[in-house]
Amino acid sequence: MHPAYSVILFTTASGAGYGLLFWIGLAEAFGAMPGGRWIGFAMLTVALALITVGLLASTLHLGHPERALGAFSQWRSSWLSREAVAAVVTYIPAGLLWLVWLAGVDSGATPALGVAAAAGAGVTVYCTGMIYAALRTIRQWHRPVVPVIYLALASGTGALLLGLMMALAGFAVVWTLFAALVSLTAAGLLKLSYWQQNDGDPGRYTAEMATGLGHLGTVRPLDPPHSMPNFVMREMGFSVARKHALTLRRTVLICLFGGPLGLIVLSMFTPYDAGFMAIAVLAAGIGVITERWLFFAEAEHVSMLYYGAARA
Amino acid sequence: MTSLPQPSDVKLGLVIDLDICVGCQACATSCKEWNTGGYSAPLSDHDPYGADPSGAWLNRIHAYEVTTDTASKTVHFPRSCLHCEKPDCVTVCPTGASYKRAEDGIVLVNPDTCIGCKLCSWACPYGAREYDHDDGVMKKCTLCVDRIYNETIPEEDRVPACVKACPTGARAFGDLGDPDSAVSRNVAARDGFNLLDEFGYEPVNKYLPPRFNSVTPDQVLPAPSEPVPASNGSAIENLFAWVDRALSAKG
Ligand code: SF4
Ligand code: SF4
Ligand code: SF4
Repeated sequence: MHPAYSVILFTTASGAGYGLLFWIGLAEAFGAMPGGRWIGFAMLTVALALITVGLLASTLHLGHPERALGAFSQWRSSWLSREAVAAVVTYIPAGLLWLVWLAGVDSGATPALGVAAAAGAGVTVYCTGMIYAALRTIRQWHRPVVPVIYLALASGTGALLLGLMMALAGFAVVWTLFAALVSLTAAGLLKLSYWQQNDGDPGRYTAEMATGLGHLGTVRPLDPPHSMPNFVMREMGFSVARKHALTLRRTVLICLFGGPLGLIVLSMFTPYDAGFMAIAVLAAGIGVITERWLFFAEAEHVSMLYYGAARA
Repeated sequence: MTSLPQPSDVKLGLVIDLDICVGCQACATSCKEWNTGGYSAPLSDHDPYGADPSGAWLNRIHAYEVTTDTASKTVHFPRSCLHCEKPDCVTVCPTGASYKRAEDGIVLVNPDTCIGCKLCSWACPYGAREYDHDDGVMKKCTLCVDRIYNETIPEEDRVPACVKACPTGARAFGDLGDPDSAVSRNVAARDGFNLLDEFGYEPVNKYLPPRFNSVTPDQVLPAPSEPVPASNGSAIENLFAWVDRALSAKG
């Protein structure tokens, strides 16, 4: 599948934003937020900014962004519509929390708002993952582990950001480091299992099935229907060489998982020094973008059976 | 509304005879010609005669080679939307622009509400949907919904443009929900099949299998003998016959 940069930016930036929102919401709910309201306000602003930038980026790849309101209508059947609804609903508690902190009103409602915002963040990211996992045409994506990886990565990158900002603000908040540690470890293990599942799955469908000519013999394409690649070939036929994919997988393992995990452990011993966390955030940023690019580039679409793929 | 309707009794679709199709592309060009002025107008068409042509086509004609132990055969293979009974291309659409008509089963995109998210094209295993970069909306076969019910054109023209154009009669249009329709009877008689049946979208369009020739290349064929026209005995006929023999002998 063609990796569209707007979609990569959207899923990684808003993923980290929702992860951040999730942890801020929970922290507020359990009274684990250090510092005054301005700390919370500043961090929530970052979370909402990441989410909003991501959502705006996602509309960039639409042919008609001005009609985007229509995308809220089909939540009964469409995960994309559900994602849109969840994203907007999540703005309500998150925005209220932001306003309460901005205005400084002493409201007893903030823990409830925190829980609601955290739940909304989780649901939205789950919907994002399900957009891909629901597609039966792409076997690499059509796996139960896919939305879980989306959740774990959002949680991990969000917790890393929170840990960095806490350290910058001069607070030693060890639980953020543990949250990042656990999420990223889980994400890393799930991602390894995802790659393993895909490497062992050559695909159930063949060119013979696609053409229905299998009972007559083996099928190979003779003439394409056109002289230059068409939309379907550009969109669904994008693929990355196996050698490059392996290099990029290693990049993901180092930048997104191994590196940040080591740096988190280091920063547990130097809790007021933001340096390690800053490097961890930077590395994870590169890692998660690479991960998302690969997620698309390694995905194979069944329609390519008509264009020369033997299996999919 | 992108939830699927109850399966309709009427299931309009195409039956494509792979034994007859010669891959002439008449159906594809005719499709483009009609539809660039029809329901999904216009269909983008860039550099059509140049080095890098691109654009949205709703019907594409592949050619495959089918190989058995003893023989190979070229199969021309038109491919367009199959108007499936249970397609996710409809249910994934966030706006309701992609929908299946309850009355006749035609799968359409509403060009006025489509936001161009392309998700429906990802959900189609047949590669039947093509995004139009000029319009920013998804394009697909409409089964010429603007011809088949069109009372402003002569009745014999109320079939999809591809069916009308096909010079060999490889394409038939009809109600595949009616077991007594001509198309259904032909499908039953010829062992018509679904493309990628294993996938489970239950296409309405059917394909009829190519027949293999009874002669295979390893069989020794008798040399074709030239029929000798009977002479009517006239002088001029005899002259021609002599010239013919003389030339044949030399050749
Ligand atoms: S062929 Fe593709 S576009 Fe047409 S109904 Fe089936 S899944 Fe949808
Ligand atoms: S491209 Fe248009 S028709 Fe297809 S899913 Fe998106 S909004 Fe629906
Ligand atoms: S017009 Fe008929 S013969 Fe020509 S490519 Fe189309 S189906 Fe085949």
